[in-house]
Amino acid sequence: MEDKILLAHGSGGKLMHDLIKQLFLKKFNNPILAKLDDMAALDLGEAKLAFTTDTYVVDPLFFPGGDIGKLAICGTVNDLAMSGAIPKYISAAFIVEEGLPFTELEGILESMAEAAREAGVAVVTGDTKVVEKGGADKLFINTAGVGIIPGDADISGSNAKPGDKVILSGTIGDHGIAVMSHREGLKFKTTLASDCAPLNQLVAEILQASKKIRCLRDPTRGGLASTLNEFADQSQVGIVIEEQLVPIKEEILGACEMLGYDPFHIANEGKLVAIVAPEDTEKLVTVMRENKYGKDATVIGEVVDEPKGKVMAKTIIGATRILDMLVGEQLPRIC
Amino acid sequence: MCLAIPGKVIKIKENDIADVEIGGIVREVGLHLAPETKEGDYVLVHAGYAIQTIDEEAARETLKLWEELGIVETP
Amino acid sequence: MRHLSEYRDPALAKKFIEEIRKVSHKKISLMEVCGTHTVAISKNGIRQVLPEKITLLSGPGCPVCVTANRDLDKAIAIAQEPGVILTTFGDMMKVPGSHSSLAREKAEGVDIRMVYSTLDALGIAENNPNKKVVFFGVGFETTSPTVALSIIEAERRGLKNYSVLVRHKVIPPAMIALLSLGEVRIDGFICPGHVSTIIGSLPYEPIAAEGIPCVIGGFEPLDILQSILMLTKQIENGESCVEIQYSRSVRPRGNEIALQTLDKVFKLADADWRGIGIIPESGHALREEYAAFDADRTFKVDIPPPKEAQGCSCGEILRGVKFPHECKLFGKACTPEAPVGPCMVSSEGSCAAYYRYGK
Repeated sequence: MEDKILLAHGSGGKLMHDLIKQLFLKKFNNPILAKLDDMAALDLGEAKLAFTTDTYVVDPLFFPGGDIGKLAICGTVNDLAMSGAIPKYISAAFIVEEGLPFTELEGILESMAEAAREAGVAVVTGDTKVVEKGGADKLFINTAGVGIIPGDADISGSNAKPGDKVILSGTIGDHGIAVMSHREGLKFKTTLASDCAPLNQLVAEILQASKKIRCLRDPTRGGLASTLNEFADQSQVGIVIEEQLVPIKEEILGACEMLGYDPFHIANEGKLVAIVAPEDTEKLVTVMRENKYGKDATVIGEVVDEPKGKVMAKTIIGATRILDMLVGEQLPRIC
Repeated sequence: MCLAIPGKVIKIKENDIADVEIGGIVREVGLHLAPETKEGDYVLVHAGYAIQTIDEEAARETLKLWEELGIVETP
Repeated sequence: MRHLSEYRDPALAKKFIEEIRKVSHKKISLMEVCGTHTVAISKNGIRQVLPEKITLLSGPGCPVCVTANRDLDKAIAIAQEPGVILTTFGDMMKVPGSHSSLAREKAEGVDIRMVYSTLDALGIAENNPNKKVVFFGVGFETTSPTVALSIIEAERRGLKNYSVLVRHKVIPPAMIALLSLGEVRIDGFICPGHVSTIIGSLPYEPIAAEGIPCVIGGFEPLDILQSILMLTKQIENGESCVEIQYSRSVRPRGNEIALQTLDKVFKLADADWRGIGIIPESGHALREEYAAFDADRTFKVDIPPPKEAQGCSCGEILRGVKFPHECKLFGKACTPEAPVGPCMVSSEGSCAAYYRYGK
């Protein structure tokens, strides 16, 4: 392990997973945390609660298709929804750097409120701290969220079985590239917008349609490749996807080719990956396509027995390659 | 060793800088190394500069050759 | 035509593979010199679909990988000087030198900034008149003209606080050095498409004259398959010449304006290649007229003698003598998360490509 925390430890890839396993899990070890899902499922006897927390530090605060506030609500709602839970209440804590324009904060709160309305959740408690200039970068938001897990839901990254199909709800890379397009130094113009959206309604619809959904996750930091690798690792199965079947917008491909990024590693904020029993696959794709956040839903691959813990991609020339997790932070490159 | 990607020159601005469209995104690119470039041309972009204009005719020829390979069974 | 998707047709790929199988009889080793080819080959799984008789070797064409530890150590030492902003391409950030990497120094608070283009480095110099902005210039002939331009442009704008640590390398001498070392059998070269966009096809003529076929290839899957087919045909027919597969961007004389720009600012100089050592006239140095922009002259830093990582086979891998999985550290002590050598850290390093995408 490195002797200092590097940016790469926070980028959703292997270093972060190692950090969690080797440090956080060791210090806080308990069976609920050890599942390493994006939320904790709490069995309180009468009810099952889903509980999650997340922190938002996106730079820039405003980007095409959203802002840090919308992201905070959607991200929290989605983490809860991916456990099959119905999101209910959210807390929001703000760390504000002195000097932040009032109007910016107001705009961010407005879009939080709007996203919360759409998702049907209430922001019920919060906190605000102001730090000296330089003590934080403009604004950080921390959230927690709770939701109710219906009695019969059993969704976890460890439920995938050989033969199951992998469904992706739409195009990948939109959020990451939209945010990057506004970042200093990389400036490029695009009409592309972040896909940032609350997915709880979509999840409710597919859970209604099938009882054979094994795993659900939103491929945020680290992208689709990281989520698939997490499933393969947690379920101890192999996953094979076909590169050609993964929907990617032309703009995303263009930006990725220019900067040397892999679209499979770029963050999404309004997509989900579902692993489902083969017999329900077709029905679920149809249901997803009826929702505006799932209109490009498609089957991209399947779960296999071997190699356990690995994700393979079929390339366009008919060969297969390993699809690995993002290692370290993605840096723009020219080589 | 060197990533370079084709893009279409959509607007030539002052100081040899042009807006180049790469798959729907637009970035400013230096035309200093390919000064003959005209609007509408495709250029190969590397590290923020156009390093060559793409020869449309050569590209068409390559594709035509491939097409023939695809259709005509070689003995 | 968008010049991308056209070169990725699966049905045509099948045809090329069939053709290659038809014409291939001899056991041959082809070297792809360029790291971008290495990645494209691994990412598309091209090795899997070739007949067993054809072996693809990866060459010294990853600029990050061939940068000697001594040069990285110097860049880090310059970055640590007071009032300096060191700028470089994202590729260089994570590469370990003898004791540290630029990413680690950045985490320590040293002002190191990634740029996508030398134009961006000039912008930083303009916006920080009280700082000394140094660009750490690595790369081959594709990249070096853009660095040359930044120096011409800095002079034009009257920027006195911009300088370059010039560590570019020139490809053909390295290819010739590999052949003359004679450690590995090379039956043909897939020559780098983007380097050749600048230098043209003529510099490879001496190699073809020695009996080694050269094909300058593009980077899309069909480009690479066609290049392999062209090389296989040459070898099977006992021919050896320089062919341009990537004709949409490579002309025999290359990009003459880029070559003139290079010549205006740089002269050829000896360069230190990791794994190979000093190759005469395989790098660049600033001409006297541009001495004011030369970080080697403006910064006097002391660096301890470089240290090489124990047990790392990067050198042999860069020479094509060993495959990545033949290194005893590969995938065990050396992984992309904890890289020992640069071939594992650079995204286009052979080891990283083998590790990430499988053999």
